[in-house]
Amino acid sequence: MSYEEVVTEAKLRWVSVPAGDIALITLDNGFDHTKPNTFGEGGLRSLDAALDEAHARPGLAAVAVTGKPFVFAVGADLGGVPEIPDRETALTVGREGHRVFRRLRDSEVPTFALVNGAALGGGLELALHCHYRTISSGAAAVALPECFLGLIPGWGGTQLLPQLIGADKALQVIVDNALAQNKMLKGPQAFALGIADVMYEPADFLERSLEWVSAVLAGEVTVQRPHVDTGEAWTEAVARTRAGLDARIHGAAPAPYRALDLVGLARTADLTEGFAAEDEALADLIFSDELRSGLYAFDLTQKRAKRPVGAPREGARAITKVGVVGAGLMASQLGLLFAQRLEVPVVLTDVDQARVDKGVGWVHEQIDGLLTKGRVNADKANRLKALVTGSLSKDAFRDADFVIEAVFEELKVKQQVFAECEEVVRPDCVLATNTSSLSVTAMASQLQHPERVVGFHFFNPVAVLPLLEIVRAEQTDDATLATAFAVAKTLKKSAVLVKDAPAFVVNRLLTRFMGEVTKAVDEGTPFSVADTALDPLGLPMSPFLLLALVGPAVALHVAETMHEAYPDRYYVSPNLARLVAAKKPGIYTWGPEGQQVDPEVAAMFSPPADAVPLTAEQVRERALSAMAEEISIMLDEGVVAEAQDIDLCLLLGAGWPFWLGGITPYLDRSGISEKVTGKRFLPNGLASPA
Amino acid sequence: MTRSLRDVVFVDGVRTPFGVGKPTGQYAHTRADDLVIRCIRELLRRNPSLPPERVDEVAIAATTQIGDQGLTIGRTAALLAGLPQSVPGYAIDRMCAGAMTAVTTVASGIAVGMQDVAIAGGVEHMGRHPMGEGVDPNPRIISERLVDPSALVMGATAENLHDRAPDITRERCDAFAATSQARAKAAYDAGVIQRDLVPIATWSEGGWGLATADEPMRPGTTPDDLAKLKTPFRPHGRVTAGNAAGINDGATACLVTAEETAHELGLTPRMRLVGYAFAGVEPEVMGVGPIPSTEKALRRTGLSIDDIGAFELNEAFAVQVLAFLDHFGIKDDDERVNPYGGAIAYGHPLASSGVRLMTQLARQFEADPSIRYGITAMCVGIGMGGTVIWENVR
Repeated sequence: MSYEEVVTEAKLRWVSVPAGDIALITLDNGFDHTKPNTFGEGGLRSLDAALDEAHARPGLAAVAVTGKPFVFAVGADLGGVPEIPDRETALTVGREGHRVFRRLRDSEVPTFALVNGAALGGGLELALHCHYRTISSGAAAVALPECFLGLIPGWGGTQLLPQLIGADKALQVIVDNALAQNKMLKGPQAFALGIADVMYEPADFLERSLEWVSAVLAGEVTVQRPHVDTGEAWTEAVARTRAGLDARIHGAAPAPYRALDLVGLARTADLTEGFAAEDEALADLIFSDELRSGLYAFDLTQKRAKRPVGAPREGARAITKVGVVGAGLMASQLGLLFAQRLEVPVVLTDVDQARVDKGVGWVHEQIDGLLTKGRVNADKANRLKALVTGSLSKDAFRDADFVIEAVFEELKVKQQVFAECEEVVRPDCVLATNTSSLSVTAMASQLQHPERVVGFHFFNPVAVLPLLEIVRAEQTDDATLATAFAVAKTLKKSAVLVKDAPAFVVNRLLTRFMGEVTKAVDEGTPFSVADTALDPLGLPMSPFLLLALVGPAVALHVAETMHEAYPDRYYVSPNLARLVAAKKPGIYTWGPEGQQVDPEVAAMFSPPADAVPLTAEQVRERALSAMAEEISIMLDEGVVAEAQDIDLCLLLGAGWPFWLGGITPYLDRSGISEKVTGKRFLPNGLASPA
Repeated sequence: MTRSLRDVVFVDGVRTPFGVGKPTGQYAHTRADDLVIRCIRELLRRNPSLPPERVDEVAIAATTQIGDQGLTIGRTAALLAGLPQSVPGYAIDRMCAGAMTAVTTVASGIAVGMQDVAIAGGVEHMGRHPMGEGVDPNPRIISERLVDPSALVMGATAENLHDRAPDITRERCDAFAATSQARAKAAYDAGVIQRDLVPIATWSEGGWGLATADEPMRPGTTPDDLAKLKTPFRPHGRVTAGNAAGINDGATACLVTAEETAHELGLTPRMRLVGYAFAGVEPEVMGVGPIPSTEKALRRTGLSIDDIGAFELNEAFAVQVLAFLDHFGIKDDDERVNPYGGAIAYGHPLASSGVRLMTQLARQFEADPSIRYGITAMCVGIGMGGTVIWENVR
C-alpha cells in the first residue's frame, strides 16, 4: 500500500471531578492544527482500545472525548479510498466506524463529547454518538461536508443528527450547506442549531466542560433538548429538500439523494437498520465516479490552486501603488479588490470626469457597505477610502508598480492605452490587461518594453469567483510573471498559467460549448430541449441562463473573435446577432407564469425550413464532443500545462461542479474523450475508480 | 482639592494547584500566562456582582519576565481573560514578593482614591523559567564586594542563616517541615484548601488532564524521613530539599477594592489592609528579611507583635521561619502560625506566593472571627523582607 495513515491516537488520562473519575480521551495525531485529526483504521483501533481501557476501570463515572488544541477531528481519512480494492472492503469502512463509535452511544456509563475545535464529518459523528456535547465558542468549523465531495455522512450522521435537531435543520447541514460551496458552521451557530447542549468560551473551555460533566453526573444539571417532530414535519422537510435538489442539480450527483433517502429512513428505522443502510450507501458511493471526481477536484482546489504549475517562485517585485485604466463597473471592482487586499494607493483613470467620479464613488460606497456590515472598522474604512482616488490624467501612474487596463474590448483601443501608459510609467512597471479574448502579444507588440506586459483575466463577479487566468505573452519575462502570480496570491485568487491563445481557457471552452447548443437551436431544436440537455451534468446554470448572465452582446463578441481565430470550429449564430440587435437581455422572460421563452426571441429563432431537431441526448453529445475536441487541441497547443489546469479553470472560473471533476473526468468516464480524441485525458484511477 | 484616604479590603483570592517544576511535572506543557489567566477568570466568576469594566488595574508579578511570562503580562493576561479593552494592566517584580508587592501597590492607588477595584497576583513557572534565567550580574557586585556570591544561591543564604543562628538546628527544621506537611494534609482532608483552587486543564504527550491538587505535597513525611536527606548547599550542612520549598509552577490572583466600593458592588470584604512594609537586609542572609519588615510595619501601624493573632509566613526555608519565630518569641509549633501548612508542602512558585499567604490568612480569619489582626510575611531574594498587616472584617 503506497498510502500511509497518519494515525490519530486516542490518548486516555484519568481526571478527578467531584462526581467521580472520568476517562478523558484526547484525540491527537501528534501534529499541530495544520494537520488536523482524521480517522482511519488505526485511529478507530486506537479509540476502541482506549474505550476498553476506560471500561475496565471499576468506578468509572463517565467517558469524555476531546481533541488536540483547535481541532476535535475533521473526518474519515479519505487518503486510502483510491486503494480500496472491492465493495466488500468498502463495506468494512462503514461498519468499523459504526461499531467503534456506537460504543459511545451504547455505553452504560454516560459519555460526553467536549468539542474544543473543528469537528467535521466523522469527527462530528463521533460527537453525535456521545450522550452529551459541549462546544467551544471558538470552534472554527462544524459541518458534515461529505455530500460536497460525493459521499454521505456514513458513520451515523444521517440517523443521529435529525433525531437530535429535527429533519429540517439536519438537512440544512447535510445537504444544503454541503452543496453551497461546502458552507460550514462556527461554534455559536452549531450551538444555536442544537448540535451541542452547552457552549463555553475558549479561554477555559475544558475546565468549564469538565465542571459541567461533573454537574450532569451529580444530577445538578438536567439537560433539556427540544422535542423533535418525527411526523409530517419530517417528511415535508425531506420532500422540500428533494424538490430543491432536483431544481438545482437535476439528479446529476447521487450522494445528496442517498443522504436524503437515509434521513427519510431515520424517521422510523432503528439505528441498526439505519446504520446498515449507511454502510451500503457508503460502499456504493466509494466506488462511484462522482466521488472519485470529487476527490480529484478537492485535491485540485486545495493544492494545485495554491501552488500554480509553471509559476516562477522568485523574482516578484513589490507593489506599492496600482493604476487602473477605466472606471467602468469592472475597473471599479478591480480597484476595490486591489485596495482591500494590497492596501496600497489605487488610482482609477478614465476619459471623462463623470466616469472617474462614478467609479471612485462606487468603490467608496462599497467600503461604506463593509463598514455597515461590520466587516471593517471605521479606521480601516477611512484608510481604504483614502487609498482609492481618481484622475483624468495618467500622470498619476508615474510611480505605479502595476497598472491594469479594463477598457473597451478592442485591440486598437487597448494598444493606445498601453502606449499612453508607457509614456509615463517606469520600464519595469507591470502592464496588465483584463482582456477576455484579445491577443496579449498583439497588445504588447508596439511597446518599447513589451516584456512587462501580462494577461491578468478576472471572472465576474470579481468578489466571488476565485479564478485568475495569468497569460504569458510571447515576450513576457519571468520577473513580470512572478510579480503577476505574487499579486494574484495577495488578492486571494487562484491563478492558472495560460499561454496567449484566443479567449484563454474558460471563455474559449464555454464559447465552444455554447456555440454547439445555439447551433442546435438554430437548426431546429426547441429551446426547451436544448436548454435542458445538459441537466444530467448538474451545471450551475443552463446554457441560455449562462448566456443571459454573461450578456448576449459580450457572448456574440467573443463568438465572433473565436470564429475569426478558428473558423472551422467556432460558430456565430445569426439569430444571436438578431437578439443582440434587439437589445434583449436573454431568451427568457419572467412573469406570473414563471420562466418563459420570450415570444419575440422565439420568433427570431424559429426553425428553418430544413429543420433538423435534435434530441436532448444528441445536443449533449455534440456539445461535449466539441469540448473534448477543443480541450485536446488546447493541450496539444500548450495553452495550459495539463488537463488538471483545464479542470481547475472550470471549477473556479465557471463554478462547474465537483462531481464532474471540472470536466475532463466526466468526458473520460462517459467515453467521449476516447471517442473524439482516441484516448482519455487523465490516467485511469486519478479521477475515477481504477 | 482635599484628599482623604480610604480603607482597602481583600475581597477574594484564588490560586492554581501548584506543580513540581520539572519536565515530568503536571504543568510541563502548560503556559505560565494561561495559569494566571484562569485565576483572573475564576475571580470574576466567583464575584458576579463585579462588572468587569469596573476593574481599574490588573497587576501581575513574575520574576523572569520573558517568553510566556513577558509581554507586560498584567495587560495581556487581562485581554486574554476576556476583560474589556478599557481595563489596563502592568507587570511587576520583587522576586518572591512579587504578588505581595502587586497587592500593596494597587492598594496604595486605591487608598489614595485613584482606583477603586484591582486584580493583583503573580505567576512563576520555574520549570520553564528557572531562577536566574537571563540574568547578567554587574561585575561591580564582585569587585566592590557589594554582595557575596553566595547571596545569589538561595540555599546558600539559608546555610548562612544557620551560621548566624546556631540555635536553629537541623532537627528543629526537619520537625517544622514535617509539621507543615501534616498540617497541609489535614487542611486538604478538611476541604479548606480546595475551596480556593482553580482546576487547570493540562496538556501532555498523553493528552489532556486536569490539575486539581498541589503536586509537591508529601503527606506522611516524618522527621526521620527528612533526617536521611542530603544537604546540597554545603557538605554536612543543614538545609535539605525536605526542609525547604521546592522548584515549582503556579499562579495566584486576588481581588482588592476600596471598602466603600465593595459595599457599593455587593462584594464581601474578608480582610482590611492595615499597613505594610518592605525592608532590605544583607543579601547573604536574606532569610532574616521578614524580621525588619515586620518590625517596621508594626511600628508604622502602632501595633505590637502581641496584637497579631494569625500568621502566614512563607516557608522558603524552615530556618528562616524559625529565625522569625525565635526573634518574636513564638513557639515552633504555635497554632497561630501556618495552621494549614505552608510552602514546604505546597511549593513556592516565586512571584505568586504572596497572594497564597493572603488567601490562607483570610480563611484563618473566617475560621475564627475572634482573631483581630493577622500578618502575611516573606523573605525575598537579594536580601529583602515584606510584611502586610491585615484586620479581620467581621
